[in-house]
Amino acid sequence: MKLYPIGSRRRALLRALGGTGALLLAGCDRLSSTDWFPKALEAGERISKSVHHFITPRRAMAQEFSEADLSPQFRSNGTALPDNPEYQALARGGFADWRLIVDGLVEKPQQFTLAQLKAMKSRTQITRHDCVEGWSAIGKWTGVPLSEVLALVHPKQQVRYAVFHCADPMAEGGEDFYYESIDMEDAYHPQTILAYQLNGKALPIPNGAPLRLRVERQLGYKMAKFLMRIELVDSFARIAGGRGGYWEDNGYQWYAGI
Amino acid sequence: MAAQTSSSHSYLYYRHALPVRVMHWINVVALTILMMSGLQIFNAHPALYWGKSSYTGRPPLLQIGTRDDERSGRIGVTRVLGFEFNTTGVLGLTEHDGNPQEVAFPRWATIPGWYSLAMARQWHFFFAWVFVLNGIAYVVYSITSRHLGRDLVPTSRELKGIGGSIKDHLLFRHPTGEAGKRYNVLQKLAYVAVIFVLLPLVILMGWAMSPWLDTVIPGWVDIFGGRQSARTLHFSAAWLLVVFVLIHVFEVVVSGFWNHLRSMITGNFRVRERAS
Repeated sequence: MKLYPIGSRRRALLRALGGTGALLLAGCDRLSSTDWFPKALEAGERISKSVHHFITPRRAMAQEFSEADLSPQFRSNGTALPDNPEYQALARGGFADWRLIVDGLVEKPQQFTLAQLKAMKSRTQITRHDCVEGWSAIGKWTGVPLSEVLALVHPKQQVRYAVFHCADPMAEGGEDFYYESIDMEDAYHPQTILAYQLNGKALPIPNGAPLRLRVERQLGYKMAKFLMRIELVDSFARIAGGRGGYWEDNGYQWYAGI
Repeated sequence: MAAQTSSSHSYLYYRHALPVRVMHWINVVALTILMMSGLQIFNAHPALYWGKSSYTGRPPLLQIGTRDDERSGRIGVTRVLGFEFNTTGVLGLTEHDGNPQEVAFPRWATIPGWYSLAMARQWHFFFAWVFVLNGIAYVVYSITSRHLGRDLVPTSRELKGIGGSIKDHLLFRHPTGEAGKRYNVLQKLAYVAVIFVLLPLVILMGWAMSPWLDTVIPGWVDIFGGRQSARTLHFSAAWLLVVFVLIHVFEVVVSGFWNHLRSMITGNFRVRERAS
């Protein structure tokens, strides 16, 4: 049989392939640096959110696990200790002077002490925490369902989002506090709780003491730690970078169900 | 190339229908971007586990990173099932414009070419939809046009001749004449396995990583060993696809590169008939 003389052709081909690869990469990087292209890519997020909401029941529950599945140590990610003198003073006092402010578009704005929140109806759930980076950890959370707190403040009709303001500054000089937001479907979900316990003990500071949010159908960055205030709004466009969260303002998706 | 001899004549045969050609090239673009943005996403946490979570008390199956070595200084290391390999220059520690980069997969292999998990996710999830919709269109087309039954599913007679086909491949012997119009049995099996096993697996394991999609039927992810197992399977299936693409491109090169390339662009494949 006859073989083609492929030696020189193979070299040309490899060069062509390498050239195409380099061109593709340079092209992709150039597109990533434009203003319009990443915005166009956000169509993917919109389609995912719509399709996910369409195919799952409103009250679809995240998987709950058994004690045997608990991670030996629950990893702390992001801020381990807020660089905030006021927060640190509250921590020294065992959070006795800490208050959760719930306000915004509500009929009855209120403040809650930790003791008041602990006296309310509670829920304990063993769930998996999925970080946007790719890792997962399983922990047992105890807290008050957000719906219980909302029932006491009477949200107004036009409320669309709950915004969570945190004690941890994300920039030097104590500025740019961490914040997050969820829609009311998630806010009223039975597994959406304000957790004050992890694995049966008081929530440790690296995991968000005294109170952190659990939104079990979304990624970890949604689950704001070191909660100070919950603000109910009809739009988050005027808050900080306007995209509904600290990481969202830094290019991450607002819909973190994926 | 027109390697004609006096004892053979050749003619063009319309081998690939337009929808197949279009969907093939959409797939090339989408899968390339998915792979490269996927490597960037992996770089955010360059370790793989088996189980429901990453922190189970067991070490990762695979981990890419750096460490200080007594003799060589900073080195890139890859740990697989407890074995450590020095992968400086390839994985863990590479150079870019003369500067050391402590990233798992090197910058030239990722989209974007700088560290950005946020941007990589935007690329990945956009092109995941391109890939899924293209895949659905392909499956619907293949069934309704009978491309699947006619061209892809091997007949029992072909399956019996699999030994001969393996031998032909090993000897780089390629079918000519009438036989060159059809896919051979190994080729058919490879395509069917990729289209109906590997690609659906990579999609399903992608879904398994979504905390929201995990709620469709709570616990379904455990069928595959849990979310972290699903992540490992997603990664492994993606690399099996790379292996498939390498073999696919190799076979295209050794069995008439320009002829195959043309047939996937214009549809026309040159069939050579031999007198012998």
